[in-house]
Amino acid sequence: MNKRLSIFFSMLLVLSMFLAACSGGGDNADGGEKGGDDGEKSDVPQELRVNINTEPPSLNPGLAEDATSGTVLRQILEGLTRIGKEGKPENAMAEDVQISEDQKTYTFKIRDAEWSNGDPVTANDFVYAWKWALDPANNSTYAYQLYYIEGAEAANTGKGSLDAVGVKAVDDKTLEVKLVNPTPYFLELTAFYTYLPVNSKVAEANPEWATDAGENYTTNGPFHLTEWSHSDKIVLEKSETYWDAESVKLDSIEMIMINDPNTELSMFDNGELDWAGAPTGALPTDAMQALKDDGRLVTNPIAGIYNYKFNTTVEPFNNVNIRKAFAHAINRQEIIDNILQGEQLPAMAIVPPSMFEENEKGYFPDNDVEKAKEYLQKGLEELGYKDASELPAVTLSYNTSEAHQKIAQAIQDMWKQNLGVEVTLDNAEWNVFLDKVNQMDYQVARMGWLGDFNDAMNFLEMYRDADGGNNNTGWESKEFQDLLAKSSTETDPEARQQLLKDAEAIFMEDMPVAPIYFYTNNWVQADNLKDVVVSGLGDVQYKWAYFE
Amino acid sequence: MAKYIGKRLLYMILSLWMIVTATFFFMRIAPGNPFASEKKLPPEIEANLNAHFGLDKPWYAQYWEYLVRIVNWDFGPSFKYKSQTVNDLINEGFPVSFLLGMEAIFIAVAVGVLLGIIAALKHNRWPDYTAMIVAVLGISVPSFIMASFLQYFLAIKMGIFPVARWESFMHSVLPAVALASTPMAFIARLTRSSMLEVLANDYIKTAKSKGLSRGVITVKHTIRNALLPVVTYMGPLTAGILTGSFVIERIFGIPGLGAHFVTSINNRDYTVIMGVTVFYSILLLVSILLVDIAYGIIDPRIKLAGGKKGE
Repeated sequence: MNKRLSIFFSMLLVLSMFLAACSGGGDNADGGEKGGDDGEKSDVPQELRVNINTEPPSLNPGLAEDATSGTVLRQILEGLTRIGKEGKPENAMAEDVQISEDQKTYTFKIRDAEWSNGDPVTANDFVYAWKWALDPANNSTYAYQLYYIEGAEAANTGKGSLDAVGVKAVDDKTLEVKLVNPTPYFLELTAFYTYLPVNSKVAEANPEWATDAGENYTTNGPFHLTEWSHSDKIVLEKSETYWDAESVKLDSIEMIMINDPNTELSMFDNGELDWAGAPTGALPTDAMQALKDDGRLVTNPIAGIYNYKFNTTVEPFNNVNIRKAFAHAINRQEIIDNILQGEQLPAMAIVPPSMFEENEKGYFPDNDVEKAKEYLQKGLEELGYKDASELPAVTLSYNTSEAHQKIAQAIQDMWKQNLGVEVTLDNAEWNVFLDKVNQMDYQVARMGWLGDFNDAMNFLEMYRDADGGNNNTGWESKEFQDLLAKSSTETDPEARQQLLKDAEAIFMEDMPVAPIYFYTNNWVQADNLKDVVVSGLGDVQYKWAYFE
Repeated sequence: MAKYIGKRLLYMILSLWMIVTATFFFMRIAPGNPFASEKKLPPEIEANLNAHFGLDKPWYAQYWEYLVRIVNWDFGPSFKYKSQTVNDLINEGFPVSFLLGMEAIFIAVAVGVLLGIIAALKHNRWPDYTAMIVAVLGISVPSFIMASFLQYFLAIKMGIFPVARWESFMHSVLPAVALASTPMAFIARLTRSSMLEVLANDYIKTAKSKGLSRGVITVKHTIRNALLPVVTYMGPLTAGILTGSFVIERIFGIPGLGAHFVTSINNRDYTVIMGVTVFYSILLLVSILLVDIAYGIIDPRIKLAGGKKGE
């Protein structure tokens, strides 16, 4: 080929690269900046910018199964109830709720409300949404949240028919729900995202209604879904047709998806975000102390616990005194102060204090080394060992993450100092780790649990059966099972609470799990941003939020 | 030429098949499954899900199904992101990564070659040392440090650029520079050393004794020959950069393809793993082929078709 021609072509290539790079970026230039204030209500623009970390895996309430999807859904769809500012369920789409004598039948009167396309919200929209989630053909992984309803479990597992599910539209505005047991927290559940309604007319016409923003995504909540650009951002705008539109002050919410805590905080510091940190995002752990010193860090306890589970089927953790020795020999406060730095609460109980207040103290004192040594001695004798050094090798497993590793190292050191036990650490990638724990191929393993609803049952029932999906300790107790069974038929709330407390006491006496700490949410927010409500479960609502 | 390309295409299909096969089996050997989570599913529902996604079938059936899907260029739904198919993920993520990558390649090649040429022409003098210090820094500073550094000074302290996101040309400058820094340094070093080699050749002396001007010698005789190693490096670099960088995209919150390479594996999102692997492999194989063809254009001594005399 001609030399000049080849030089010409290579220059052309370079030039076209340059042009491609410039013009492509320029296309988006106009979309970037949002127009400032509209000056109607006040001179402060009511536009909230938050980070939600990742793309929500699904905005179909029947398929959603994670906190990010829940965060978006809570702002755009509204269930029968909504968790109010004070953390108690309030009537939302339901205008009135009648509960039968035996507390097993709920009758909801649906208020006059509209979907964003003008369709009325009917009782049938709830029936449709719940049955859709329960239909095994739709593969909803969170359908078990609906198992409180009569016939729901049978229908979902294919043993019963969907027609037998205890939810019925008596007329357009009356919804009747029959439950398996009296469930005192049912009105909390009806605010949960699996219980959200779906516009049945749209969804029946178009099964793919929830994959994008647009006319098919109709909403009945405080905000509309205006834009959903996948893996990039979601834009919500105030709904004028929402029944309680006067309470909604924000004009728009921009939810961006940045999965890097350092960037999130930098953007906040640079005025590109109004909120950084939990519950929607995360703060870098090494910035916590500085933020605390500045007085900017907001800390809020949430219903969640960080545990070390014992495999009670293998030596030495088949012995209760050994388990107690290990649980007592942990200095939780030190871990919180030096590693986590988020003002978490040391956990010496399994149910969070937001449900059982006295659990702030727990069942035993933190870092009780003397007691730990006593238990160890007793345990060693029972197992027939002379000395702690004769114990079988102990391995502590956790999934790979910086925080888990630091905690594991600290506890490894505490067990060595306090009990004289050598512990090896074993980390694995998340899926590999879960597999090992589920197959009971471990001795001590880290696990966390975040509450789905505000009731102690949520933290206890996973330990009901040794082969239950989330037990993983091999522990079960007849007494514990009986108490849980009794609590689910008890209609008096006080008596029920007591039964659950008794069950927890039995659990703590056997200690198949060493609780470490109760979770907190930590964040920083713009000074003039008010009334963003974060519930005790860590659920955020922007319905009442505004800028001063 | 046509025969050569045909043969290469055949090899490419063979390599692709090997990559797909290896990925498929490694992926299935890895413990865990797409539905694993802290909150375990009821077994009936898990069985139902497995049946829905065809995971209950024997491996050879799944493998065959997968090959058919690749041939049809339909990778199926993502396990994790229920509102998107794998094709959607690629179609939406790739243009973003492509644009960012092009910008980065442009910076890397333009600045890298320039630095290399300056260093070689001013061999062992201060411009050489300066250029090489820049190059050593570029190679040894990891891109995520470079990214945080650029964010801190140019965005937070000086406020010239936005910290992150993908909205306008200004948003793309910092990630492109951070992404370009390592290849730029590499290209600078490559150019410098091959320039020095070429400059020592007899034909350069001949050119000088012919009385050609220094500019003509540099452009016509030196650079052209010195760029061969750079072109070699361009193949894998292009494929690597165009498909996006996990680290840079994460730090700057860019909705590109890079994130899927890592998160799909963590999620055991089988269809996405296969989709992005196949996509990346094809891009890599094609860019290597293009580089080989480019050799022949830049250096006529390299004959792709194996010479006409032998035929």
